[in-house]
Amino acid sequence: MDKPVVGSGLLQRGRRAALGGVAGHRVWRLPADVDTEALAPGRWMKYGAEVIARHCLESLRPQFALQARPGDVIVAGANFGIGSSREQAASALVHLGIVAVVAPSYGGLFYRNAFSVGLPLLICRDAEAIADGETVSFDLERGIVRCVADAAGQQLRGPQFSCDPIPPFLLAMVRAGGLLPQLKRRLHRPAGDAPSVART
Amino acid sequence: MNEPVASAPQTLAQKLIARASGRGHASPGEFVTCRVDLAMCHDSGGPRRLKPMLAELGAPIWDRNRVVLVIDHYVPAEDEDARRIVRIARDWAREQALPHVYDGVGISHVVLPQCGHIRPGMLCVGGDSHASTAGAFGAYMLGVGSTEMLGVLVSGEVWVQVPQTVFMRWSGRLALGVSAKDMMLAMIGRFGVNVGHQQAIEYCGEAVSALSMNERMTLTNMSAELGAQVGLIAPDDETRTWLWQAGERDIELDGWRSDEDAPGVRHNFDASTLPPQIALPHSPALARDVADIEPTAIQVAHIGGCTGAKLDDLRAAARVLAGYRVDPRVRLLVAPASAHERDVAEREGILRHLQEAGAQILATSCGLCAGHGDGIPEDSTVISSIARNGRGRLGPDSARVFLASPYTVAASALRGRITDPREVLWDGDAEVVH
Repeated sequence: MDKPVVGSGLLQRGRRAALGGVAGHRVWRLPADVDTEALAPGRWMKYGAEVIARHCLESLRPQFALQARPGDVIVAGANFGIGSSREQAASALVHLGIVAVVAPSYGGLFYRNAFSVGLPLLICRDAEAIADGETVSFDLERGIVRCVADAAGQQLRGPQFSCDPIPPFLLAMVRAGGLLPQLKRRLHRPAGDAPSVART
Repeated sequence: MNEPVASAPQTLAQKLIARASGRGHASPGEFVTCRVDLAMCHDSGGPRRLKPMLAELGAPIWDRNRVVLVIDHYVPAEDEDARRIVRIARDWAREQALPHVYDGVGISHVVLPQCGHIRPGMLCVGGDSHASTAGAFGAYMLGVGSTEMLGVLVSGEVWVQVPQTVFMRWSGRLALGVSAKDMMLAMIGRFGVNVGHQQAIEYCGEAVSALSMNERMTLTNMSAELGAQVGLIAPDDETRTWLWQAGERDIELDGWRSDEDAPGVRHNFDASTLPPQIALPHSPALARDVADIEPTAIQVAHIGGCTGAKLDDLRAAARVLAGYRVDPRVRLLVAPASAHERDVAEREGILRHLQEAGAQILATSCGLCAGHGDGIPEDSTVISSIARNGRGRLGPDSARVFLASPYTVAASALRGRITDPREVLWDGDAEVVH
């Protein structure tokens, strides 16, 4: 059994909010129906993740790619990541240091891709109650998101929102850093099991 | 909770997953591991991303015969970056000795069934959101990203959450000038772009049975726009006949249909009263009756993409345009979905009708719909038969892209403004073309 460290591990890697010194993750609040075209614009798709990331969300939040800091999270309305299969929609966020997305629902392909590249997604019906610039903490294993500071950095005992449980095999994938490192570990295991992806 | 019994009624989706996962029964909500019958990748999400990851893993492809590579996004290569991407794809195909490679002959979702790779009952993965197109043939084809494709290539397995099924039952028959694209836009307009979140959508009823395979592919293709995991249509004699022509024999249809009382959500529609639909910029969910929108001048009319430039789509456009010229202020761009489609259209005289109407025929690839080429000017108003119109989809963010059927695109090109095709079509038009 692996140690259940995902939530806390990410929190440790997270930043302390600039104002007030509250540990947690700064929120980028986005609307509903943010599609993969907005996350990874088609005309930049011929370039690598680094270039695509610079244009991530530029049609919605031109400052996002410049101002996103490692440890930030995205909180969005319904249907986040709808659209194409382009994995860069998720890897651009990882590249910019986004550690989780919280939304009521996701595009099905984005959901698969995000976990594959090590970005956990929380399905949270009440995501829209969280405001831009607030600071949140989250626990992937228990499926909980909590507001810990308002946009001014004022610490608060904010509301706690529950999320759908993440299937254990997807948590394990995120814990491994994504599917590629997970496969690497499995393939190079001395016992030499046949490679197996994300066995359910 | 009671254990499901093997005899419980099942949906087509459940049956397909049960077979691929080696179980008697697959219950909605369960996560299961499936054996993959076929994996399709293309030059955009495929080799350029897979090659370095495979090298990093040092692992071989699990079964070359089950891998199909289609080079359709960056051809014809318009610049050095595109040439590099296509070169990587070709080199990789050679290095891996892939037996099934389709290079510059059309868009994957159309090429796959055309070249005999899709059969009822299969479980496939495709590195593209419109992979669901194969559902028109009763195959479960899941879209995946590059890293997941890597997992499939080294293991031959993929995880699936057994979906609920939403049944879209269409009674009646479509009127002249109304097509599968209108059915699809009507459904997306009613339910939004993510009603099908991870679910299966099965299209059924008299109107669906009456559709050609090309038209059925429009429904399953755009299941992606409904947010579905897959779109499915139970295979029938029409499927068998089409696949026969594609060279596939011994097609097994038995059992690849939902049981009578299979669980699911059911929606009913009447095809006979459906008017032509159009989606406003910048979402397919903004669908309306064409007749209800304000007068809108257009500068570009585009017939292209995996969903909008199949043979029947080209026929529909020709039916409107044969013997006429498009409005001089409109640029009509036609990119047939595959070389095969283009050749048949040429033989049928369809291409000539389109060219004489003023159409510029583009390469048989994803082209503009993958953001390539510079056919769309800044600030222009465009009507297109492609599947989605998120801002920037056809190039410039400033372009306003309307989505409609090939009939409506052609009628709008003719008039220079968005036009209900019923204004320019009459029953006798069918004979003009053939």
